[in-house]
Amino acid sequence: MAAVTFVSHDGEKHEAPLEEGLTLMQVAVDNGVPGIDGDCGGEAACGTCHVVVDAQWADTVGGSGPVEEEMLSMNPERQPTSRLSCQMNVSDGWDGLTVHLPEFQM
Amino acid sequence: MFNVAEEIGEKVKSVVPMELQIRGAHLYDKTRRFVTRTDGQKIFVERPIPPVDEVELADIDLSNPFLYRQGRWQSYFERVRNEAPVHYQANSPFGPFWSITRHADIIAVDKNHEAFSAEPFIIIGEPPRFMDIAMFIAMDPPRHDRQRAAVQGVVAPKNLREMEGLIRSRVKEVLDELPVDQPFNWVDRVSIELTARMLATLLDFPYEQRHKLVEWSDLATSMEQANGGPSDNDEVFRGMVDMARGLSALWHDKKTRLAAGEEPGFDLITMLQSNEDTKDLIDRPMEFLGNLTLLIVGGNDTTRNSMSGGVLALNQFPDQFEKLKANPDLIPNMVSEIIRWQTPLAYMRRIAKKDTVLNGQFIRKGDKLVMWYASGNRDERVFERPDELVIDRKNARNHIAFGFGVHRCMGNRLAEMQLRILWEELLTRFEKIEVVDEPEYVQSNFVRGISKLTVRLTPKTQA
Repeated sequence: MAAVTFVSHDGEKHEAPLEEGLTLMQVAVDNGVPGIDGDCGGEAACGTCHVVVDAQWADTVGGSGPVEEEMLSMNPERQPTSRLSCQMNVSDGWDGLTVHLPEFQM
Repeated sequence: MFNVAEEIGEKVKSVVPMELQIRGAHLYDKTRRFVTRTDGQKIFVERPIPPVDEVELADIDLSNPFLYRQGRWQSYFERVRNEAPVHYQANSPFGPFWSITRHADIIAVDKNHEAFSAEPFIIIGEPPRFMDIAMFIAMDPPRHDRQRAAVQGVVAPKNLREMEGLIRSRVKEVLDELPVDQPFNWVDRVSIELTARMLATLLDFPYEQRHKLVEWSDLATSMEQANGGPSDNDEVFRGMVDMARGLSALWHDKKTRLAAGEEPGFDLITMLQSNEDTKDLIDRPMEFLGNLTLLIVGGNDTTRNSMSGGVLALNQFPDQFEKLKANPDLIPNMVSEIIRWQTPLAYMRRIAKKDTVLNGQFIRKGDKLVMWYASGNRDERVFERPDELVIDRKNARNHIAFGFGVHRCMGNRLAEMQLRILWEELLTRFEKIEVVDEPEYVQSNFVRGISKLTVRLTPKTQA
């Protein structure tokens, strides 16, 4: 089965199965990945599911949309490949995807 | 050597207009009261509020500033939430307004700044005329974004990490000075004291004068025209002059020290001064006052009342305190749950920018909407047994007390950290934290405040 790896701020790796139809935030929450809060439940309205997509995957998963961008732009820790994982609809083609987690969610 | 005359000249230039502006507003207000013969009259006089089932749905006025104090708010909001979730009140003392009371509807409004504007105010009423200070919580993008970005860094993770040790040592100081085995007011000795110390640190404000920050913040949030608070307008204006002076002096002092080669700090004033969009903020007096007021108020009533509310809630649900003592790892989740349960700020308001339909109700362009966070946090569609404090509640984090969208509380992580450290330190010291008298509550429809909470502490027996 396709899998994603979440890499925590201190380098710890959490692998989770990718299930099409879910968002990456849901995958993280369902699998108890620490460091993803998802306070607003997937509305791109809180910014607490922030991930930094591994550079080599950036084109495959795509960039942020306008509403998502409003939340990301307020984050002083945002990186060029930052995304809100609640706005990333999982695709089977993402097997092997790696995303990095910030030290804190804002 | 710096030039004293030039120094003073600089100060006078920017202080005088700000003070003049406030004094002018004060004079206008006095004249208004004289002409309308309302001087000395209170807009709000407390009367017993009837049980909700004795009131017609259309007559329910959720802006009544005594609903919380009289313990009626829960039943009133429950009824509106279930019978008329988007509820219209045509004749409140603050004019007509819509109440948005369900969790999902509140999120929908809060995240849609294209349709619902935060300008010009986020409280239900208005401050006295010509006192319309400008703050970014009440601005729409893109102006909001630039001003918020200038100060967001003060609560960035890097800063929080540095603050953790300092916060813990302050919490320890305050707790170690508390009387044991005898009643005292928790609000004064713990909640206000800790938030005042934190605010003084964030602003790099003279530490021994920190209670001024509390005083100014309390005045700014208790204006009767704004949210039904108890304050006297003359007192508010005098306080604002004092605040304008104090904060300008702080600004100039910082600037002088920086110019003299002092290392820049991580405080808010330094951040504002080193950002292109805000470095001249002092030349825009109402914006200067507004944004600093916002940051002071934002870090004051909110954390204070969550510090008091947590103690109150754990007394009302004593099994939860036992659960906590058995498993202190629950503290972080409990902090979210306390914030949900207390919801220290009851709402934020918006103005519809276009005609729209919300949960079946037609909202007209220009209509006023109040998003009742306090109600959304008790929405039975989202939270099981919503009125209870359940410290291991699975979805406590889905609370709405920080708001959602571009105006989401920027101090949320700092607030959570302060509360977490407070409870960690309390648990190591005290066996019991008992509320021994009826609490007293603040008069306001905005701040859900506890003004007096008499508590008796039982220390842990030394192992």
